[in-house]
Amino acid sequence: MKIEHIIWSLLIVSATLFVLWQTTSDPEQLAGREYVKQVQGQWVPADRIDMQAGIAQVSTPRSIGLWVGAFFTLFIFSFMYRDNPFYKAAESTVVGVSAGYYMVVGFWTTIVPNLLGKLTPGLMQQWAMPGISPEPGSESWVYIVPLIMGGMLLMRLVPRASWISVWPLAFIIGTTAGLRMVAFLEADFLSQIENSIVPFVVLESGNVNYWKSFENIFSVVSILACLVYFFFSIEHTGAVGKVSKFGIWILMITFGAMFGMTVMGRIALLAIRLEFLFKDWLNLI
Amino acid sequence: MGIAIIEKLAALDRRWIFLMMLFAVAIPILLKMEFPEKPSQLARDVFGEIEQLKPGDKVLLAFDYDPSSEGELGPMATSFILHCANKELKMYFLTLFPVGPQMIEEGISRVILTDFPDLVYGEDYVNLGYKPGYEGVIKVIMTDLRELYTTDARGQNIDQIPMCKGVESIQDMKLIINVSAGYPGCKEWVQYGSTAYPDVKLVAGVTGVQAPYMYPYVPKQLKGLLGAIKGAAEYETLVNAKYVEGKPKPEYREGVRRMGPQLIAHLLMIFLILAGNVLFFLQKRIQRL
Repeated sequence: MKIEHIIWSLLIVSATLFVLWQTTSDPEQLAGREYVKQVQGQWVPADRIDMQAGIAQVSTPRSIGLWVGAFFTLFIFSFMYRDNPFYKAAESTVVGVSAGYYMVVGFWTTIVPNLLGKLTPGLMQQWAMPGISPEPGSESWVYIVPLIMGGMLLMRLVPRASWISVWPLAFIIGTTAGLRMVAFLEADFLSQIENSIVPFVVLESGNVNYWKSFENIFSVVSILACLVYFFFSIEHTGAVGKVSKFGIWILMITFGAMFGMTVMGRIALLAIRLEFLFKDWLNLI
Repeated sequence: MGIAIIEKLAALDRRWIFLMMLFAVAIPILLKMEFPEKPSQLARDVFGEIEQLKPGDKVLLAFDYDPSSEGELGPMATSFILHCANKELKMYFLTLFPVGPQMIEEGISRVILTDFPDLVYGEDYVNLGYKPGYEGVIKVIMTDLRELYTTDARGQNIDQIPMCKGVESIQDMKLIINVSAGYPGCKEWVQYGSTAYPDVKLVAGVTGVQAPYMYPYVPKQLKGLLGAIKGAAEYETLVNAKYVEGKPKPEYREGVRRMGPQLIAHLLMIFLILAGNVLFFLQKRIQRL
């Protein structure tokens, strides 16, 4: 037996014993258990105060969910060491559950209310959506068009007729491109130019706010320098080269800030999983 | 000897780095390390926008995130609901993420059902649920809410919900509060909401990955922005200081609590970047010798 296997076996056995000991001997009886209380007819998570008041009770389904969540977290973490069957099982479960979930959500939130609910509102009211009006709207027949186009999209599954799916796809791409182009022009092009027009000397109650003025000047100079860097019609030599180099520095600082923010996000994700293991599962903190 | 150590460190198995990062995050959590937060201007702007609303004003809470970003955005969402509930605002929840309804329900359960049981569903808050269609949904509901929302998340006809009567479109909201994990999210609310309709005010809380792309929209298109867990901690501090008496519940201090691991992990990260660069130059020097 390899030393690596012995070490891992010892670690897993020790961790299992610790988890069992913590679950059975936790003085607060919180480790490995989920408590709930009833509020306005709904079961909501209970806290320590509710437990002391005696209105909380252990929820078996939620407790099972807690254990499944904890093990799956550990399975995913195990990939840090090496690819392994536990990680594969967790990964496959996530993929499978997500695919199934999105399919069901797609059916109940798109096809039922947005298509069938418009074409046959009476039937849908009886079957699935009691809240909608049974009377069809005056322009409900228009929804036959998306029904036909949806059917055409499914032709992709038939190799001989797959060309039919290109037409609705072209419609989707065309409308999306048109919709987005207007929004980008307004919000990211015109508005950003407007946002960049700022006073170089900021006056506040008759006095110059030097810091704000410097911020504005630096912002405008940085924008212009970055634009010069992407201006390839003139050779980047002499003064243009120097401004362009300043633009590169600004871009690098921006990428550094973006990297820092991304790191912060990833650490927060790790922190919540560890909090889940230490607090929700094992009640160590 | 020195060369051997440099070579060994340069070829260090990356799993040791993973282990160091695990300890850097785990130890502050176990030791409950917390540091005081000084709210930035952006966090104060977000707080100020909600603070200036009057009781009964309508606010839209668009929670466009899912469990994968709950760690960063959950604390912001909790603080937003807590702030709105304390201000007695009418809360309209919706989401453009398929798993968003669960996030909304969790927020409602964590704050409203637990600490504000007097608030009535349909009168003080309503969950409009998820609608597919990405930015198309925003574009439509900015002018006509009922075109897409005929029922709430529970299947109840929107016209039978007291607080939905008289609401024609999202332009009737005094403020849009968006918690965003990506697409569709904050950018789309800016593009199709606050830019297209300048009278509509928008504040947002976004993930760290998204934040740098959103800063250019502040302050004209976006009145305030909370970036990542740091923004959440700052805003949480402001809300707790004004509305929570005594020590806040752990649920209301998640942002501040998660800044402890952030500090230690960032120090480790800086050390690793410096060490990596020093090793790189030392290796180059050895190669020249």
